[in-house]
Amino acid sequence: MSVVIHASDLTKVFGKSIAVDHISFDVQKGEIFGFLGPNGAGKTTSTRMLTGVIPPDTGTATILGYDIRSEPVLAKQGFGVVPETSNAYSDLTAWQNLLLMGELYGLPRARAEQRSSELLGMVGLLERKDQKVQAYSKGMKQRLILAMALIHEPELLFLDEPTSGLDVQSTQMILSLLRDLNKQGTTIFLTTHNMEEANRLCHRVGIIRAGKMVAIDAPEKLKTAIDRVHKIEVSFDRDVPDNTLAGLEGVMTVNRTGDKWQITTQNKDATIHSLAAFSQKNSAAIVTLNTLAPSLDEAFLRLTQEAKP
Amino acid sequence: MNPSGFSVQMRRAWAIAKKDIRIYYIKGPVLIFGVFMPLFMFLAFLMGGRQLPLSFLVSGLVGMTLFFTATAVSPAIFPWEGQAKTLERLASCPVTIEAIVFGDMIASTLFGIGITIITVIIGLVLGLSLLHGIMLLTAILLAAVCFSAIGMLLAVPPTNVPSNIMMLSSLIKFPLVFISGIFIPLEQMPPWGLALAVVSPLTYFTDLVRYAFTDIHYFPILIDIAALGVFTIVFTVVTMLLHKRTMPQRM
Repeated sequence: MSVVIHASDLTKVFGKSIAVDHISFDVQKGEIFGFLGPNGAGKTTSTRMLTGVIPPDTGTATILGYDIRSEPVLAKQGFGVVPETSNAYSDLTAWQNLLLMGELYGLPRARAEQRSSELLGMVGLLERKDQKVQAYSKGMKQRLILAMALIHEPELLFLDEPTSGLDVQSTQMILSLLRDLNKQGTTIFLTTHNMEEANRLCHRVGIIRAGKMVAIDAPEKLKTAIDRVHKIEVSFDRDVPDNTLAGLEGVMTVNRTGDKWQITTQNKDATIHSLAAFSQKNSAAIVTLNTLAPSLDEAFLRLTQEAKP
Repeated sequence: MNPSGFSVQMRRAWAIAKKDIRIYYIKGPVLIFGVFMPLFMFLAFLMGGRQLPLSFLVSGLVGMTLFFTATAVSPAIFPWEGQAKTLERLASCPVTIEAIVFGDMIASTLFGIGITIITVIIGLVLGLSLLHGIMLLTAILLAAVCFSAIGMLLAVPPTNVPSNIMMLSSLIKFPLVFISGIFIPLEQMPPWGLALAVVSPLTYFTDLVRYAFTDIHYFPILIDIAALGVFTIVFTVVTMLLHKRTMPQRM
């Protein structure tokens, strides 16, 4: 795997406030990387530094192997950006906006027209291609700017809150497109507030709080990492006494709720193995076995509140 | 092909110019303002009772037209685009700041030339004869680039409030018109007035237009062209350097 985004010590200060405070991380080729954080945490400022819209005060960012400060054009040629606010030209039609993007990315006219047709079809706007963007709904504008960001078939796509405030139909369409793009090899850097979206889409997430990166990991690992004590729920096809489960390796407490037992453990892996061994030894077949991890919402809240000044 | 190469960036600047023309220039009110504003100022002076020859006034009208049209819209484009966040889109595209500025300059240059040609035609219809057509064309081309660079220079303060820029723009543009030999011939100016006139590029353009229509000029023609050339280069370089510095503050 090669590194597509390499951020090192990125810092941005506005007046007396540190918007982004020495953040460092890598995004690998083919990943969907979620960038999460509460409002004002520094997500958009970080994205703007990574996309070369604003320069960092210190630190460096290498995008697709090019330093965004010293080789901005080469870096920008390889990625597309879907910003938080729709920024298509509202006095132009969707078709004209796409052709303008084609020219700005150096596509030959015929190729730009072909791509524009494909993309407008893909985002469901082909029939309204000659309508000025000012008449579009928010969802349509967002789908258009996604199409504009994809005109040159970028290797890397930055998206800043792409589904914020959209209707369900547009949200589902965008998320499905992102999955398809990723399957075709596009690396995606997704800034979002939506934990469910991040949980379902992202291979890894980075959580930023007050300008600092507080965690980077796979969503499942992040969820479990915040609790040292794990919960396992198990049920068997016949009754087993509580005290036999309490003696198993790694088990801290056992509580019976209905036909199930809720077990707490510090070593999830060892406990599951001993439950399987217990099941075999006592001829008590396991009916259900669930690990009860906290949600990404809980992980996010914990990580963004834990070290609050 | 290297996307940061000069020829590639020039093509992208042209794409920006076409976008500007479509969005900002080919609009009824803008075109009407471009034609009527200098015309009304010219009429005000024509009816003001001063006994100046028509050829002098038409030359001034051509000078004013090019100056006002080439600097009319360009100072407000960055604030408008900053407000609409479309500037952020351009900034995230593989286009240098110089190409963005140059694209805006191309659009205002073409707009200025187009409207000025209408004014020249008005002059010819009023009975003036064009004595040095090629010189007039060269002067219009050079001055259009120069005034467009001034227009972009006026857009340097990193505000996204267009009215602030338009106010600043008027504060600078109107005094320039009065010191550039448009309403008072350079020959009749006091020494302090002449000292001011030589620092205005509009003076040299008006002198060249007057030469094209009447064969009369105050400065040697080569000096007029050289001065316009130097102003064009200096303003273009300075505007690009300053925009490079202030552009991130608009985002």
